[in-house]
Amino acid sequence: MSRIAQAFERAAAEKRPALITYLCAGDPDLASTPDLIVAIAEAGADVIELGVPFSDPTADGPVIQRASERALRAGATVSGVLDAVRAARARTSVPILLFGYYNPLAARGEAKVVREAKDAGADGFLVVDLPPEEAPPLRDHVVALGLDWVPLVAPTSTPARVARAAEVATSFVYVISVAGVTGAGHADLEVAAKRAADVRTATGRKVALGFGIKTADDARRAAPHVDGIVVGSALVTAIAEGGVASASQLVRSLRGALG
Amino acid sequence: MSTSLPGRFGPFGGRFVAETLIPALDELESAYASARADAAFEARRLELLARWVGRPTPLFFAENLSREVGARVWLKREDLCHTGAHKVNNTVGQVLLAKRMGKPRVIAETGAGQHGVATATACALLGLKCEVFMGAEDVRRQSPNVQRMELLGAKVIPVTSGSATLKDAMNEAMRDWVTNVATTYYCVGSVAGPHPYPSIVRDFQRVIGDEARAQLLTDENVLPDAVVAAVGGGSNAMGIFAAFVDDSSVKLIGVEAAGHGVASGKHAATLTAGKPGVLHGMRTYVLQDEDGQIVEAHSISAGLDYPGVGPEHAWLRDTGRAQYVSVDDEEALAGFQLLARTEGILPALESSHAIAALHGVAKQLCKDARILVSLSGRGDKDLNTVRDALAARTAH
Ligand SMILES: Cc1ncc(COP(=O)(O)O)c(C=O)c1O
Repeated sequence: MSRIAQAFERAAAEKRPALITYLCAGDPDLASTPDLIVAIAEAGADVIELGVPFSDPTADGPVIQRASERALRAGATVSGVLDAVRAARARTSVPILLFGYYNPLAARGEAKVVREAKDAGADGFLVVDLPPEEAPPLRDHVVALGLDWVPLVAPTSTPARVARAAEVATSFVYVISVAGVTGAGHADLEVAAKRAADVRTATGRKVALGFGIKTADDARRAAPHVDGIVVGSALVTAIAEGGVASASQLVRSLRGALG
Repeated sequence: MSTSLPGRFGPFGGRFVAETLIPALDELESAYASARADAAFEARRLELLARWVGRPTPLFFAENLSREVGARVWLKREDLCHTGAHKVNNTVGQVLLAKRMGKPRVIAETGAGQHGVATATACALLGLKCEVFMGAEDVRRQSPNVQRMELLGAKVIPVTSGSATLKDAMNEAMRDWVTNVATTYYCVGSVAGPHPYPSIVRDFQRVIGDEARAQLLTDENVLPDAVVAAVGGGSNAMGIFAAFVDDSSVKLIGVEAAGHGVASGKHAATLTAGKPGVLHGMRTYVLQDEDGQIVEAHSISAGLDYPGVGPEHAWLRDTGRAQYVSVDDEEALAGFQLLARTEGILPALESSHAIAALHGVAKQLCKDARILVSLSGRGDKDLNTVRDALAARTAH
């Protein structure tokens, strides 16, 4: 069983959803990324989604866009991100899911970047601009090396597309709470969480809900219906405003809300 | 409607977008197919092209320019279209489609502002709400077009992220579309973006090539030896090329913007100096660094200032069916002046690139070869830019 699947099992055994937190590698700089990963894991995150910065993040709202810009300005590269994963892996066993866009991965070479990610200690890939139709050949490399491939399901996804996403998933399916970009705050989380639960019923897959979950209260409302919740923009904001201390505090409060 | 590998041109094209948009692209694909099969839709579109856009546009034999260039040059006068550029051919089609699909709101991205103006114009006519994303840098460079859009009732939204130019406007339009996909039609301005946009825009622009081909055959009873057009995203080039792709005797030549020169790194010559990659939902040639980050494009012409290019052009390039050359800012200015002086036409800076390439194209061909040029737009929008650039040149 993959480290990500194990994290979901562990959370389930504790009768709570897994807490998945996003941070952008290289924001504010690559040197601090391993420390942030370790601190966030210690504060209670079950899975770390590590953003690989891209110049044109069309699926992201302003908070993560700006984090990406800061990271690139501070010199983040794909190989630098992988070095940060390696450095973090020496200090924590928290699963690390690489989250990003296709072009920087393709530019490095699909086989090469997947092999490097595995060697560095990463656990999987979520590539926002690779829907199931376009996912091969990157996904083929990911699966061949035993890493996880995490697809997205949107509010607009038809039942056939939900099934397709479940087919390509290896551990969990990421359900987006709202048609929109990351950080959007207008979702009715209970409705979204129930929809995620329907996806779970229809597909037999574990589901995590993300986009727009910001506070402990949001987390508490979504929790009863899902296997995982994802918090991104709120954590990126906390890091920007108060570094490791604020990030840890936010993660502790989210984790507290999940029980 | 969609297949497992939709909308490919060889290895290029595709749908590299967030899952949220895939159902919207499926919906668009089938709505487009049914509209094109609907005689009433086509009749309305053709009527608007004829009576509102002003088609067919003339094919003009440029006698004085021909003498200078050493070839026989015909200009396809897209500059005489309503709103002053070929862009309106596409927006008439797409905004009619938006209306048919029952979408009350249309969004668009624009670089030079021509596509924004054309979208705002079509929306005004057809009664749809229009919002246009435009890089803050382009808002500055193309202020007359911003005023036109606002007078037409559109809202112009300046985009400050990234390089604040066309690619960032397109990013922002995609973000808006993801967020408002149920009520909003995204009117893409070139043969770019995820499938089916490159095909839809090519089909709507194909009128340029179909008319020019028929006009030349009527006037001269021959096909041209070469067809030349400027390439930003590549809609006017694809529109004129499409009618000649199967005529193997006709050379197809696309002209990219070399900005300060391809060697300077400050250019928009994607097919000349880019590498295959993925941007804005399509696999195509892209200006990027070794790490796959998109590099800012540079051109004196805002409409060519784009680090990607339509995927069909990428395929025409790789198969050798079309050839792509580049022209720098200085040469484009000279092209602008050349056409103004010889034919009494102020071309758009985009089209000036095509004019500037003619000497080189003529040299490739035999003497008195027949060259057809897409004159994609008129230069009114560029007067400030041209004046400043010429003043800076004399100040040196
Ligand atoms: C007059 C004119 N020509 C050409 C272009 C380039 O676009 P494309 O290559 O997509 O036709 C533009 C874009 O704004 C334009 O305004």
